[in-house]
Amino acid sequence: MFKAGRRKNLSDKTFKKGSSFRSLPWIGPASLLIFIFVLWPVVELFLVSFREISVSGLIKGWAGADNYRALLDNSDLSGTLKRTAIWLVVVVALTMALSLPLAQLMNANFRGRRFLRYSVIVPWAASLVITATSWKWILDPYFGIVTRILVDLHITKESVDLLGDPRTSFIVLLAVGITVSLPFTSYVLLAGLQAIPKEIMEASLVDGASSWKGYWAITFPLLRPAFLVAAVINSVYVFNSFPIIWVMTKGGPAYETDTTTTFAYKVAFRDQDIGQSASLAVGNFFVILIFILLFLKLSKWKELDQR
Amino acid sequence: MTITQINKRRKTSRKKRSKNSRVKSVILSLTGITVGFLFIFPYVTMLSTALKPKSDITDMPPTYFPKVYEWVNFIKVFQEIPFGMYMRNTLVISIATMIIGIIVAVPAAYYVARNNFRLRTPFLLLVLITQMFSPTSLLIGIYRELSIFNLVNTYQGLILINVSFNLAFSVWILSSFFRTIPVEIEEAAFIDGASRFQTFRKISLPLAAPGIVTTAIFTFIAAWNEYVVAYTLASSPEKQPFSVGLSLLTGLYEVKWNFLFAGSLIAIIPIIILFISIEKYLVGGLTAGSVK
Repeated sequence: MFKAGRRKNLSDKTFKKGSSFRSLPWIGPASLLIFIFVLWPVVELFLVSFREISVSGLIKGWAGADNYRALLDNSDLSGTLKRTAIWLVVVVALTMALSLPLAQLMNANFRGRRFLRYSVIVPWAASLVITATSWKWILDPYFGIVTRILVDLHITKESVDLLGDPRTSFIVLLAVGITVSLPFTSYVLLAGLQAIPKEIMEASLVDGASSWKGYWAITFPLLRPAFLVAAVINSVYVFNSFPIIWVMTKGGPAYETDTTTTFAYKVAFRDQDIGQSASLAVGNFFVILIFILLFLKLSKWKELDQR
Repeated sequence: MTITQINKRRKTSRKKRSKNSRVKSVILSLTGITVGFLFIFPYVTMLSTALKPKSDITDMPPTYFPKVYEWVNFIKVFQEIPFGMYMRNTLVISIATMIIGIIVAVPAAYYVARNNFRLRTPFLLLVLITQMFSPTSLLIGIYRELSIFNLVNTYQGLILINVSFNLAFSVWILSSFFRTIPVEIEEAAFIDGASRFQTFRKISLPLAAPGIVTTAIFTFIAAWNEYVVAYTLASSPEKQPFSVGLSLLTGLYEVKWNFLFAGSLIAIIPIIILFISIEKYLVGGLTAGSVK
């Protein structure tokens, strides 16, 4: 039954290697749920993108590439794509740039560190919808506290409508997007910092290197794996981000603040063009797939695979 | 230089240094507390609004703090808006998601942690890849599928979607917990005549309890905060969780901001506390072990 020299352990005694059948009661239910409710929607999405669908949701037949053509002809697509790129690049880049010093601060020793760490957790733990609603209220042109602050600081004399003005609304969304992304990335970097042995950090300071130089020469290279993983996972979150934009501007005024995520939602559930929206969602899916491949490359799943 | 001179010098430099470091630590503290406050600023504003009486909400310009503190708003919220109903729906969905999620994820995680089998690598890949899937990009597929099953606008539909999309994280983090339990402990029980299942139930399960609690809390929070799927699928208020119900209230002609935010705070404060309680394990779980 056992091959000579093979490590004998519990699993070898009870389960023959390779008997997939026996593993089914254990991993079967989980696999089944993932297949039915996570992977089936993917298949359904692809199918729908090639179908002609009535407003009521009935399938009329195959549409070939008509849905994709309709999407490319949509005059709001190019602006949305451009904004999605800006949204992704700006939010992720600034989040990563800011979370380096933030993680450093969270790791430093000072009175009030616990307050800082718990405060940073709040936007991560709290419902994004509620956070976005609160920002919407804060930025309300008449009753919001931001207007009051700007008036008190003599920056403006009358009410400012930052969300209603197409010149500022997207910038405001970017800023809120960054504040809700920062907790995750800085906690990942904090974990990375805590994994660096103290002696190494101290050595870099004692050697007379300025702390700035020491940081880039010693700390950051050690932090790089955590930094990259945080950036990739954060990119997926940011790309998929829906509640912030939806609650604060609904992608408006008009389509001025839409990203592909909110745009796909509008096309499907407001304009009732399921097919066209599905073709956009297929595009979104491929973007996410690229990030997943990056993530697989970065994560050391193969090491974990060999117990 | 005499020895006393040198000593004197040393002393002054030490004094200088300690003074420097005191200044430094005060600056650090001030920076840290200011930054911390920036992060909770929206929630503090929310609290200030929640405590204002109705007449103060529409003050122009708004006041920073309530003139009178209406703590009773936190009770009145249940009468002024259908908050009780939203909370009931949220609780039903999150508790069911948590329980089903654990029941399904624990055996899978345990088996993966302990056994080498042909489907192991494919299963791990499935888990790792779907961990990155979000319902947001798959909404149309989810909507159409649940229409086929007649699960649109039902608790069951929302629960099944929540469970399935969180399984990856649960399996991943649970299996790393099971992996920390020494095999020898299980072998000892096994030699003592316990069956495979008994060993699992009597030995491994209790030892992995912290991991199971962490996973349960995380799944609960994820279902609690879920928005996009519920927003799309739960069309009737009788099925909507607070995230959908409260967000729809902002679209009304007259928004009762004070009650809206009183409800919001009731909905988020317990979650923040739960979240802090599992923070230690989160980073490891969310990065699939690549950082922690």
